[in-house]
Amino acid sequence: MSSQTPRQKTGRRSKWAAAALIGIGLLVTGGIYAGASAAMAATEPTSASTTLTVEDGKKLFQANCATCHGLDLAGTADGPSLYGVGELAVEFQMSTGRMPLQMQGPQAPQKPAQFTEDQILAIAKWVQSTSPGPEFPAEETLDGKGDVANGAELFRVNCAMCHNVAAAGGALTEGKYAPALTSTSALHMYAAMVTGPQNMPVFNNMTLTTDEKRDIISALLWLQENESPGGFSLGSLGPVSEGLFIWIFGIGSLIGLTVWITAKSN
Amino acid sequence: MAHEEDALEHERASWKPSPGLAVAVPDPVKNPGLPPHRERVTDKDPAAMKRAVRTVYTLFYLSLAGSIWAIAAYMLFPIESGRIVDIRNNNLFIGLGIALALLAIGIGAIHWSKAVMSDKEYIEPRHATRGRDTTREGAIQAFRDANEESGFGRRTAIRGSLIAALVASVLPGITLFRGLAPENSPENPIAGDPVALLSHTMWKKGERLAHDPSGEPIRAADLTLGSAVHVIPESLADLSHHDGYLEQKAKAIVLLMRLLPEQLPAEYNKLDWSYDGIVAYSKVCTHVGCPVALYEQQTHHLLCPCHQSQFDVSRSAAVIFGPAARPLPQLPITIDDEGYLIAQSDFTEPVGPSFWERH
Repeated sequence: MSSQTPRQKTGRRSKWAAAALIGIGLLVTGGIYAGASAAMAATEPTSASTTLTVEDGKKLFQANCATCHGLDLAGTADGPSLYGVGELAVEFQMSTGRMPLQMQGPQAPQKPAQFTEDQILAIAKWVQSTSPGPEFPAEETLDGKGDVANGAELFRVNCAMCHNVAAAGGALTEGKYAPALTSTSALHMYAAMVTGPQNMPVFNNMTLTTDEKRDIISALLWLQENESPGGFSLGSLGPVSEGLFIWIFGIGSLIGLTVWITAKSN
Repeated sequence: MAHEEDALEHERASWKPSPGLAVAVPDPVKNPGLPPHRERVTDKDPAAMKRAVRTVYTLFYLSLAGSIWAIAAYMLFPIESGRIVDIRNNNLFIGLGIALALLAIGIGAIHWSKAVMSDKEYIEPRHATRGRDTTREGAIQAFRDANEESGFGRRTAIRGSLIAALVASVLPGITLFRGLAPENSPENPIAGDPVALLSHTMWKKGERLAHDPSGEPIRAADLTLGSAVHVIPESLADLSHHDGYLEQKAKAIVLLMRLLPEQLPAEYNKLDWSYDGIVAYSKVCTHVGCPVALYEQQTHHLLCPCHQSQFDVSRSAAVIFGPAARPLPQLPITIDDEGYLIAQSDFTEPVGPSFWERH
């Protein structure tokens, strides 16, 4: 191997330079992407108390939301009515940044929240007082101390087909997707189940009881807090990422070894 | 001895293999022979040879260290606690040790052969494979003698009976395969009939729809608009795993969805099979049988994750994309006196992919 001979000072670049450059480039790109994704993660509101009044919420709604949803929540040609969606839907949609909608598309993407928590809760209060809907859950439901095993089974039956068995998310039809739940807060998990945002089905408290929801939330929080038992999870995307890895690195190193074995020694 | 060798050489030289379909080329490519021998660094420089030798035995000692480390890791990282992190460390460090042990032997051996062992080129001519004519005749004569002495060709009664016995001896093995297929029994009159088994599920008139996996029955009032519920027959809970619990569940799984009644237009839907916008469809894809359960509550599309078949629930689960050949079978439902959802009957067609009696 080349390390056996002292490198000559010929001014030529080492033959490893190209490989090293590509490696550094990949690492930097991946690092920036990972950092940016983490920065997009949702903020976590913990309580439903706000210093703003219902009246402030009404003004905020009429200034920022009424263009599409109508002054009285009746909806317009551009946006659905908000009758009966309740405070929880408002909190979920606005604090995950899905609302206000940036542009029409197959799915409203998650982005940094555009309002402070106080403003969001004020709007939520006004929407709830005008047309009641699903409310904030009891603290206990979100505490993550439920039955993790039962929650994981319920997750596999009801949620995993879209959100992936390791909650890594997955593709739906025509550009829609089920988001990863790897950084979702307990409140937003609960809110998504109860309100059924966008194309997600509704799992109300009759079809999944609050105890069952508590178990599911506990299982998801457990997944968030514990590292993958099987080593590198490679995004938990199953055969796609694992196959790609073994094709590139596994077969690549086999080819490299074969070339080395058959090459003449210098 | 020398004379015999000469005769053999002569026989070989005079024998030409049949050319078969090969075409004789007038100007065949000239054999370029071996390239000139090139000396390696280790041949020219004794210091380099020394280094190469050192590298090889260092690799072998490294392998030894890897093996010892793997044994030590088994003791240093016990898995008795059963905690995931311990099992993970145990696997990781034993695996690293064994990988180092085997890889270092391989790399060391290759490096040894490439850098240290002689790399002079030699040509070893291939021997002719054809034997001498007398040898070949001798072999044929041996077969003739054996046939003559045993009477295999002559005594047809023995030969015929032996062939019959050999053929018959295979038959019991084939018969045993019958035991692998189930048979009809008084308790299960269709157990031996695959077509009937594939055509029927547990659903029957009055069977309650129940939550998967809890088995709690479902009331129509429990479902809100946009709900999707994974459903099993209520009486599935009475089956044990020995009575075919998984087989029955695999056929009977259903997805229950609630839409607005006006989202189910009468021209596309059998409205008397639904209840107030609640519809139930088999979860087994009609393509190759994956569970179809990716329900989009705004578009009413059902997506199969395996091959991207899409079904439109607002139009009797018609196929709108992908390789599935048929709509998903619909389970006719209604409610009983207590408001629980019940099946009106079994599915009216076999669920799941095509089979030999169904196309």
